[in-house]
Amino acid sequence: MRLEPITNPSVLRQSMPPILAILGAFAVAALLALIAGGDPLAVFGLIIKGAMGSKFALLETLNRATPLIFTGLAVAVAFRAKLWNIGAEAQFYAGAAVTAALGTGVIAAPSAILLPTLAIGAALAGAVLLLIPAILKTRLKVDEVVTTLLFNFIFLLFISYLLEGPLKDPMGMGWPKSARLTPDARLPRIVDGLRLHWGFALALICAAALWVIDRKTTLGFEMRAVGQNVEAARFAGIPVNTVVLKTAILSGGLAAMGGFSEVAGLKGSLTLDLSPGFGYTGIVVAMLALLNPLGVVFAALFVAAIFVGADSMSRAIGVPTYLADIMLASALLMMVLAILFSKYRIRSG
Amino acid sequence: MELFDILLSVSFWAAAIRIASPLIFATMGELICERAGVLNLGIEGIMVAGAFAGWISVWAGMPLWFGVAVAMVVGMGFGLLHSILSVPFGLSQHVVGVGITLLATSVTFFTYRVALPEVSSPPKITAFAPVELPILSDIPLIGPALFHQTPLTYAAYVCVALTAWVLYRTPLGLAVRAAGENPSAVAAQGLSVTAIRMGAVIVGSGFMAVGGAFLTMSAFDSFFFEMVGGRGWICIALVVFGAWRPGKALFGAVLFAAFDALQIRLQQTGIGAAIPYQLFLMMPYILSILALVLMSRRAEVPAALMVPFSKGER
Repeated sequence: MRLEPITNPSVLRQSMPPILAILGAFAVAALLALIAGGDPLAVFGLIIKGAMGSKFALLETLNRATPLIFTGLAVAVAFRAKLWNIGAEAQFYAGAAVTAALGTGVIAAPSAILLPTLAIGAALAGAVLLLIPAILKTRLKVDEVVTTLLFNFIFLLFISYLLEGPLKDPMGMGWPKSARLTPDARLPRIVDGLRLHWGFALALICAAALWVIDRKTTLGFEMRAVGQNVEAARFAGIPVNTVVLKTAILSGGLAAMGGFSEVAGLKGSLTLDLSPGFGYTGIVVAMLALLNPLGVVFAALFVAAIFVGADSMSRAIGVPTYLADIMLASALLMMVLAILFSKYRIRSG
Repeated sequence: MELFDILLSVSFWAAAIRIASPLIFATMGELICERAGVLNLGIEGIMVAGAFAGWISVWAGMPLWFGVAVAMVVGMGFGLLHSILSVPFGLSQHVVGVGITLLATSVTFFTYRVALPEVSSPPKITAFAPVELPILSDIPLIGPALFHQTPLTYAAYVCVALTAWVLYRTPLGLAVRAAGENPSAVAAQGLSVTAIRMGAVIVGSGFMAVGGAFLTMSAFDSFFFEMVGGRGWICIALVVFGAWRPGKALFGAVLFAAFDALQIRLQQTGIGAAIPYQLFLMMPYILSILALVLMSRRAEVPAALMVPFSKGER
């Protein structure tokens, strides 16, 4: 078996991977639904209805998509430059922790000053957290996959310490959670009466900004060059290590902004279960989006819809909600395979 | 001196060996994959799947060793999937590995919920009991620590010896090592790099799953969702620490487990109680990162690790 590159892949062929991956994920889910004793069509119907069958469901999906846009962007920008950041989970919590630490009355300022301060503080924390593995990578060639993964465990324990120590809510009755943010530190709703906060708009702005950086700036060009071929980039005089560190700052900062948005916009306080794996799901989002910043928005909406829909389906007919996780993991694997087939064809011999 | 008392106690070293056992299996599994040139980041999920598969088989009435075999087969299944995507198709080993971990973990949790709906706490099984090896266990201090363990720990010793013997003393091992160092040379000998690498990933994944099964069938007697808790990632660090050699990796796993056993005991001492317990729990992960940093200057990494091979390409 041999893989032969396709010289001029058609637009149709190039746009196939996400479609195939999504269809494949549904096929896997249908099979598992049957095993679990549910009717696949009923399961899918309930997932779709649960994700967008009502105004409430739709808003829930948008709210769930918001952190996924941030972590998806974080992973996309990093993977583009072949910086394998699997630590978006920790960076997300870093942003959330800074927001909870500074937003509970430590800084007394009006919203117009406080909110940007919190967002920038959060982004800085996430950036620093990813800079450590990035520097270990550029200086000592330590594989960043393992270090960022290990950081996830270290940082979640650190959050656990914060919630039982310095950030503990004095009124929390022993429950590990932070005090609630002051009203000035909360992201307001976009439209009064609709449960959707400005974090969603911020996520869209970040996606657009990243698209501009990617397409219109030298940094974007350099990041892509480093991702495509490190040696060629170095030969062309691109400061590879500097580009990797800049990518790390962007990626870590974006994931941390997700933590800021989730605490300041949706939850109002920090808990240990703030993220049900947003950092890891961000990898699936980014891959489904073919690492394209604007694609991330749509991929995040799709992934959020699956999660919200599966929760509702599970409550209705008892097929475990982990069905959603299986769908997304298989979508990820089928996606990378389909990308290959959009660029190569198989020849025997 | 409390520290001294701990380090001289049999129970401490016995605990260290117990903690090391699952790591030994999974580290050997990862080492085999990487020596053949494939980074297997599916390790964490494969350990979760193995832990569950072995435990649920025994819960369903199978004998203990049959449960171990089931775990191994399940691990090899995920290994097969990983190897198809990463070897002949040459897809990014990072993405494939993370995908396998997500898939194996979610399939496990899904199956758990389907098999045991509405249970508040998972049922217990009768796990492997410690077996005292005659004569050997009479050696002072190290005897009871090394040879008063469950049969699965003895299997871990065998696993290291077998891995080292195959890798360094057989033509197959030579081919595996060459596939990770210089695949073109392997192909020039008329051997299939694809077959060797796929085989290594499948067998390695089987060992990882047995490592997971140790947790539910020897260390504990039940299955919990978070029980693997990053041990897979730690094993990847142990392979680097062990410079891709079975003996050194074994030493690393035991050293690491000794630190882990020590931190559990230090938490209960006077000084330990004053330090937040989270700091102790962080130690394994911090030590893993330190190990990676300390070993980073030594260039013993298999030359073709993470480099896909396709015949005829130079």
